[in-house]
Amino acid sequence: MRQDLVLEQMSEDDDRSQPSDLRSSSSSINKTRNCSGSISASGSSTSASSSSSASSIPLSIPVTEYQSPYPDQVLENVLENVLCFLTSRHDRNAASLVCKSWWRAEALTRSELFIGNCYAVSPVRAMGRFSRVRAVVLKGKPRFADFNLMPPDWGAHFTPWVSSMTRAYPWLEKVCLKRMSVSDNDLALLAKSFLGFKELMLVCCDGFGTSGLSFIASKCRQLRVLDLIESEVSDDEVDWISSFPEGESCLESLIFDCVECAINFEALEKLVARSPSLKKLRLNRYVSIVQLYRLMIRAPQLTHLGTGSFSPSEVMAQGDSEPDYVFAFATCKSLVCLSGFREITPDYLPAIYPVCANLTSLNFSYANITAEQLKPCHKKLPQTSNLLGLQAVAATCKELRELRVFPVEAQEDIEGPVSEVGLQAISEGCRKLQSILYFCQRMTNAAVIAMSENCPDLEVFRLCIMGRHRPDHVTGEPMDEGFGAIVRNCKKLTRLAVSGLLTDRAFSYIGKYGKLVRTLSVAFAGDSDMGLKYVLQGCPRLQKLEIRDSPFGDAALHSGLHHYYNMRFLWMSSCRLTPQGCQQIARAMPNLVVELIRYGSLENQEKLDDVETLYMYRSLEGPRDDVPEFVTILRADG
Amino acid sequence: MAVVGLINMENMAGEKEKLGFEATELRLGLPGNGGTIEVEGGRKRGFSETVDLKLNLSSKESSDSDPNEKLNSLQKKDKNLLSSATDPAKPPAKAQVVGWPPVRSYRKNMLAVQKSRQEESEMGSGNNSTTSSAAFVKVSMDGAPYLRKVDLKMYNTYQELYDALGKMFGNCGSQGMKDFMNESKLMDLLNGSDYVPTYEDKDGDWMLVGDVPWRMFVESCKRLRIMKGTEAIGLAPRAMEKCKNRS
Repeated sequence: MRQDLVLEQMSEDDDRSQPSDLRSSSSSINKTRNCSGSISASGSSTSASSSSSASSIPLSIPVTEYQSPYPDQVLENVLENVLCFLTSRHDRNAASLVCKSWWRAEALTRSELFIGNCYAVSPVRAMGRFSRVRAVVLKGKPRFADFNLMPPDWGAHFTPWVSSMTRAYPWLEKVCLKRMSVSDNDLALLAKSFLGFKELMLVCCDGFGTSGLSFIASKCRQLRVLDLIESEVSDDEVDWISSFPEGESCLESLIFDCVECAINFEALEKLVARSPSLKKLRLNRYVSIVQLYRLMIRAPQLTHLGTGSFSPSEVMAQGDSEPDYVFAFATCKSLVCLSGFREITPDYLPAIYPVCANLTSLNFSYANITAEQLKPCHKKLPQTSNLLGLQAVAATCKELRELRVFPVEAQEDIEGPVSEVGLQAISEGCRKLQSILYFCQRMTNAAVIAMSENCPDLEVFRLCIMGRHRPDHVTGEPMDEGFGAIVRNCKKLTRLAVSGLLTDRAFSYIGKYGKLVRTLSVAFAGDSDMGLKYVLQGCPRLQKLEIRDSPFGDAALHSGLHHYYNMRFLWMSSCRLTPQGCQQIARAMPNLVVELIRYGSLENQEKLDDVETLYMYRSLEGPRDDVPEFVTILRADG
Repeated sequence: MAVVGLINMENMAGEKEKLGFEATELRLGLPGNGGTIEVEGGRKRGFSETVDLKLNLSSKESSDSDPNEKLNSLQKKDKNLLSSATDPAKPPAKAQVVGWPPVRSYRKNMLAVQKSRQEESEMGSGNNSTTSSAAFVKVSMDGAPYLRKVDLKMYNTYQELYDALGKMFGNCGSQGMKDFMNESKLMDLLNGSDYVPTYEDKDGDWMLVGDVPWRMFVESCKRLRIMKGTEAIGLAPRAMEKCKNRS
């Protein structure tokens, strides 16, 4: 977004001269200077000394100790109070561009700091500008790192951020990290440094273990939220659940379904019993259904529940009577979100029937169950016996906003079910669909076109035809028309992932119609440089572009020079780029960090002309200093 | 009411259709393991480890006709298009590709573990056929600061296990463990301060190691604890009885 770019330019340039409207009248310059003095009572007088207005103050103005507030100062105070209500960072970015005093007021009132790429700005710079932040959201690695396309230890370390935060934000309350490397030491530092710390969310992170969790649990006395989502947590054999202090806890959310080690159940049960505010609890697969029962009885106020294994543990004496699971679910009257079912024994599924009517979210993506078993969960199910699961969903979940369909066996070349039927059914039944992620083996243009016509509210359309380069299996045509219809008909589309056999024509459609697209994922698609050119020249809102195994080369890369500062990142792996082509980009755009990532060892340089992976992103800091040996950063002067 | 649904698609197929769809049974695994899963806690994704996603395919053959296609009204115009062998646009190499399909390895591993667990339970408990999954149990020793883990399937006899434990925990009564099988030394041992290996079995009972045949032990052992001899006295009567029965 252009606004984001300007935002960063502003923070880079502290000596920026006054906007011309202020400079024109001398009296307003004085007011500005005085106002800046009064606002920066907290000590962060970033602009006062470096403002160029200082040099143009007329000497005749007397400097007295007390100065009655100028009208504009009052205005600034009012502004601060008003800006407190702006929560969206996009709105705040816009407000900060109005003039210098708005910039300052906004900087002092921003309480949540969002950094979309941890390498785009340094901790010192970010914290220098925003001094009163209570919550930090940090994102690190690009998404393709999830699929092993990036060697481990690439970077995105939390350490420099947490150490800066201990100095800058003693009152920090919330940290949310995505795809960052977090160490146990980082967690220990965090736990001990922020007395009022309340919320920790680690999404797709790694590098830490149960000992790190133990620090958080034991030292963060005000902890309300501890959410571990799809993170890798190593088993240090530390009983972190027991680390929560005795006495009533203010825990509201405890999510640990990704933790792949056993936990101390007795301690968990006691913790749940003394957490009256607990609303979200997502258990890992080491919690059996019997244990789940005991927890549910103690926490009937739960709104979000991850059920753990949902099967009995192996240790069950003969003749033990089974708890009344239906009763347990019935007592949890507030449940709206149900997930887990990690090792589901289908016999127990009926237990959830009492809550189905109220559910807004039901996640069976880890469960091995059949449509037959799922049927009674949907109230109004047509009674035909050979109904596909998706058709069942389509028939009953009229209000569905988001759907994700994962493959059990994530491999191509399996002749799976005819998937366009499911997509067609969904498009006809779930007209309000806004977001869909759909894995399939093959697809038809007709089904995709139908979805584009039936679901005009789509904002996220991610179709993954697992067979690479697969055409429409009915007509034999490329999938161009299907995706073309999506971008043409779904006017709110912001995120798109394409697959299957695609020619440059598909990309011309995206460039022509995808005016709101911010995130685009491309794999095994396109014919020539033109494909990428269409997108780079046609999509003004494009921020995140990730491409793999597509025939786009240096000329295509070059066609995006006008736009790369507006983007968060560009990823291109196994395309047709050369180091020379990438070097040209680096030379032309000094504020881009251009990383070339190699897979093999340094000696294995058979293909010196090929770039394996290009990852480039705008940054105020230049090349990072934690580069591993398999990454080369191309310098502007190289 | 806004509904968010996440469904595991392949398994949503009805029972009847299962044979047609899940034609090939797959186990997801890291290369070099022959398709087996070793899910230790916190196994890190190894970039270089996941290059080859070639999987074990079972002998079930894929059916030509997809039963589901007979149900729906879409007409296949050209059956040849279904066969990937004649698909002109498809690259000839069927080599698996890194990171494709884009499913997070975390999710793949979860589902794979589920599948292998299901298969194990389907094969029935007490079945001594060699499943290739490991049998990790925790080993604690009184007085030692750290827990260890051993894979019982790595050993074939009690002796091998004792040797391994001895190495693991140093020379703390490994001799005593070896004397263990000998009744006359047993009481000496238990009266002394040497260490005695015990285990928790499926029923939650703590037993002295060595009571049952090795295979049965591997199946039923949940965890190991190396106790001080004096503490293990309570377990002795059963052991004594067993020793008598054996001799």
